[in-house]
Amino acid sequence: MTTVAATSHVAHAHHDDRSFVRKYIFSTDHKIIGIQFLFVSLFFLLVGGLLAMQMRWQLGFPGKPMPGGGILPDTMAPGGVLLPEYYIQLVTMHGTFMVFFAIMPLLVGVYANFLIPLKIGAHDMAFPRINMASFWSALLAGLIMLAGFFVPDGAPRAGWTSYAPLSARPDLSGASYGQMLWCVSLVFLGLSSILGSLNYITTIINNRAPGMTWFRMPLSVWALFITAILGLLALPVLSGAVIMLLFDQTIGTHFFDPVVGGQALLWQHLFWFFGHPEVYILILPAMGMVSDIIANGSRKPIFGYHSMVFAIVAIAFLGWLVWGHHMFMSGMNPTLGSSFMVSTLIIAVPSAIKTFNWMGTMWRGNLRFHVPMLNAVAFVAMFVIGGLSGIFMAATPVDMFIHDTYFIVAHLHYVLFGGSLFALFGAITYWYPKMFGKLMSERWGKVHFWLTFVLYNLVFFPMHTLGMAGHMRRIYDPTQYEFLKPYQPLNEFISISAFALFAVQAIFALNFILSLKWGKRAPQNPWEDNGLEWSLPAPAPHGNWETVPTVYRGPYEFSSPEVPEDYLPQYRKLPTDREPARAPVAGH
Amino acid sequence: MRKLGSIAAIGVAVLVVALAAWTRQPAASAQGAATVTGKVKFTGAKPTNPPIDMSEEPKCKAKYTTTPTKETVVVNPNGTLANVFVYVKSGLPASAKYEAPKTGVVIDQDGCHYRPHVLGVMVGQPLEIKNSDGILHNIKAKGVKNRPFNISQPTTMTSTRTFSAPEVMVPLECNVHGWMQAYLGVLPHPFYAVTGADGSFTIKGLPPGTYTIEAWHEKYGTQTATVTVAGTESKTQDFTFAAK
Amino acid sequence: MHWWLPLQGSTFAGEIDGLFLAITIITGIAFVIVEAGLLWFVVKYRGRPGRKAYYTHGSTRAEVIWTAIPAVTMVALGLISNHYWVKIKGRNSVPPNAYPIAIHAKQFEWQVTYPGPDGQLGTADDFEVRNQLHVPVGRPVVVHLTAEDVIHSFFVPVFRVKQDAVPGMNINVWFQATVPGTYELGCAELCGLGHYRMRAQVFVHTQEEFDAWMKQAAKGGATS
Repeated sequence: MTTVAATSHVAHAHHDDRSFVRKYIFSTDHKIIGIQFLFVSLFFLLVGGLLAMQMRWQLGFPGKPMPGGGILPDTMAPGGVLLPEYYIQLVTMHGTFMVFFAIMPLLVGVYANFLIPLKIGAHDMAFPRINMASFWSALLAGLIMLAGFFVPDGAPRAGWTSYAPLSARPDLSGASYGQMLWCVSLVFLGLSSILGSLNYITTIINNRAPGMTWFRMPLSVWALFITAILGLLALPVLSGAVIMLLFDQTIGTHFFDPVVGGQALLWQHLFWFFGHPEVYILILPAMGMVSDIIANGSRKPIFGYHSMVFAIVAIAFLGWLVWGHHMFMSGMNPTLGSSFMVSTLIIAVPSAIKTFNWMGTMWRGNLRFHVPMLNAVAFVAMFVIGGLSGIFMAATPVDMFIHDTYFIVAHLHYVLFGGSLFALFGAITYWYPKMFGKLMSERWGKVHFWLTFVLYNLVFFPMHTLGMAGHMRRIYDPTQYEFLKPYQPLNEFISISAFALFAVQAIFALNFILSLKWGKRAPQNPWEDNGLEWSLPAPAPHGNWETVPTVYRGPYEFSSPEVPEDYLPQYRKLPTDREPARAPVAGH
Repeated sequence: MRKLGSIAAIGVAVLVVALAAWTRQPAASAQGAATVTGKVKFTGAKPTNPPIDMSEEPKCKAKYTTTPTKETVVVNPNGTLANVFVYVKSGLPASAKYEAPKTGVVIDQDGCHYRPHVLGVMVGQPLEIKNSDGILHNIKAKGVKNRPFNISQPTTMTSTRTFSAPEVMVPLECNVHGWMQAYLGVLPHPFYAVTGADGSFTIKGLPPGTYTIEAWHEKYGTQTATVTVAGTESKTQDFTFAAK
Repeated sequence: MHWWLPLQGSTFAGEIDGLFLAITIITGIAFVIVEAGLLWFVVKYRGRPGRKAYYTHGSTRAEVIWTAIPAVTMVALGLISNHYWVKIKGRNSVPPNAYPIAIHAKQFEWQVTYPGPDGQLGTADDFEVRNQLHVPVGRPVVVHLTAEDVIHSFFVPVFRVKQDAVPGMNINVWFQATVPGTYELGCAELCGLGHYRMRAQVFVHTQEEFDAWMKQAAKGGATS
């Protein structure tokens, strides 16, 4: 395996004469790009949360004027009372922003960019300028999506899944420009993702430091690598589908309109063929980072490293074969229902493997409950609930009842919030010192964690009960149904818990923002971790290392008998270590 | 030097055009004093309108003592036809401009019925859509020349919309209550009327001229007639629709 | 407020609920193992000064066990579920003498066409009712489901039956009601601003009541 020779733009760690704009705004430095993604994505996470709060107001207190609703125009909420068409805009935009502009860029845009070169020992990504384009494309996509609220007829309202024909026909949905902007925005987001994937894959294959063999890479990097491949293959399908939808909306094609020979189900097949790998994009990086954090917090090697890698690859591969489980009730051939059920049940197995290996890592460990570890253990506990609830829907006869009910909403929030978001709280705290040179407050991190953990379960666990009652999704006023009226107190309870949960996030936001200036100065390796990034000062300089480090062992050598400390970094040379076959070159 | 000359010429031309526009005479007075009036008669067997089962919406059903029916063909006891939209289709002076009144025209959703069933509004005049029922209605306006819209009213409230282009007629419908239908005529002038319980219409204030008057009915289509008026005279023009 | 599944109002409601319960038990066991295990580890292995963690990279035997057991369980679950899936939704699942009703889903109502006294759809005595589904108890009913404009979804919770109504497709969905009473039908696929109000009443009659209703409704009682 040859190393691509580092080009002349790197190895400037000792003199950095870039202008402010080149350093912090139009930067090609992967770390800055990662931080740019972080600020923008946290903003969109806030947007998604605000949209959800409005939804929860309407669901908890249907038809009552919303506090602060007076600032909304009459087309959305006359007198503060949300209109049904505004409610489904909220539903659509909450899902869209959270999936495409919050979780995905937080996991991939931030951590693939920030961690990959640092953790494999590279100066930067293989294509730094393409990397910069990836960020600006994502930002443009986000702004286009946000514009949907301000165009005539308002925001898109066919759900984040945008099923046709509803999304293709402005006369049926009531949304015109907004629905088109949804498509345009996702074209740019797809571009961002594809450009990013190109970088991550190339960099990992070509730019690893001497001694960094495939099976010495941390699981976070493995997960990001496999995620990048998923992205590269899946996003073009979405781009194709939304362009077809855009043509149906604008130039008179009828791909999805049965009146003129199109097929409504075609959209679903295309969307979910992308959509299912997409949800693995939304969880695999989280799993990878959780592995790093749990090994660190347990002071033990990851249990079953090779199985963990195998499980990541298996999840990604099987993820291509299960998309029809979103379509069991769609009218597609029931025989496909059987085959997709089988593949969906099987994909539970690698997730189970990972869960047991995380537990195995903690078993007989010497557990340190720093804030990242708390969040990582919560990830395991909550992701398991989300995964187990998935088994109900994998069984097609049961799915007949719970499809498109709140049981599904509970499931997806357990894996995305209970899973990905807790992992992100942990990851943000863990790599904050390397990004900013400061530490976030440990005390407030713990307060935020416990309050979030309790309130989050109070919000989402009862949704399983609602789903079991038959409570449908995306309905503006559950009290229109006699059979749902008895459950309204539960909806109210969920809403109030949700308001509290949202308010508590202010603790995290303040901790993040205030620590930038007033946080404790971070030592070089605050978590006593083994990764290559901890060999650098905090924050890490442009170009990372003058000379990339040499790697002598795997990433999880905690409590090794070879040294008295309970950690042994990958880059530390012991007298017994041999140099790897490929020696480091000066200036590289 | 040549370049300066052409720029100066263009500048002068622009100034002249601007001056002309600014000092243009206002439009000739579009208001007159003539009247066209008449009756819309109906011949033939009076059709029965299909009954509407409102069991799914008890709040609306309760407002009726007898079973409500659709209003497709409403024949008055005196043999005339109600809900006929009569208007001036052509003949007004080309430069005539009519300002839309600021007060709006009201259409109410009451008893899961649009009241009135047929109405007219001027371009730019507000249409006030009222929901007296207090339950969810949506108003879908299926305009072709006017931008279609579809808005919901989940409770007692009034929404206002305006229309930018003349169009006869814009259908209105509710999708929650599929039997609800109304027709809206959008005109650039105030010379229209809808026949009521006595089947008559009156169009006042016409300037002198020769006009094409059209009578529109949702089932029986349109009929036109030519009427010439002058000064303060009142001319009578009847229409007759026959049962099909 | 009922904490478990609703009334079982059809022949396959019991089967689906049984499967739901079985899955609850299986996942419940896994849930207890993982959560109790995590709780136990968090307490037992919390860091103490002077202790060192147990240095191991894993156990192939453990991997085999915790791969095989979930895999076998999932395959078994799949086989059992598929049996019911084919029975309820399979291509040949509609019972031959099922009573036919046509339902045309439209923004935002359910247009239900009954076959009339002759029991055949597509004949002169068919009649349409809006938002009311009347069925006889104890007889299989097959709904010919179509959609006018966008995708809707026919969902009757007490029957446990759900099927998307897709423009351009005519889909047969069958059920057999078991408990007389009045229930509700909701739309279970976002179909526009009136989605939340797209409901119908479901009347499960005894055969006598159904025949009486049919006679009266076919005669031209209010429809439209």
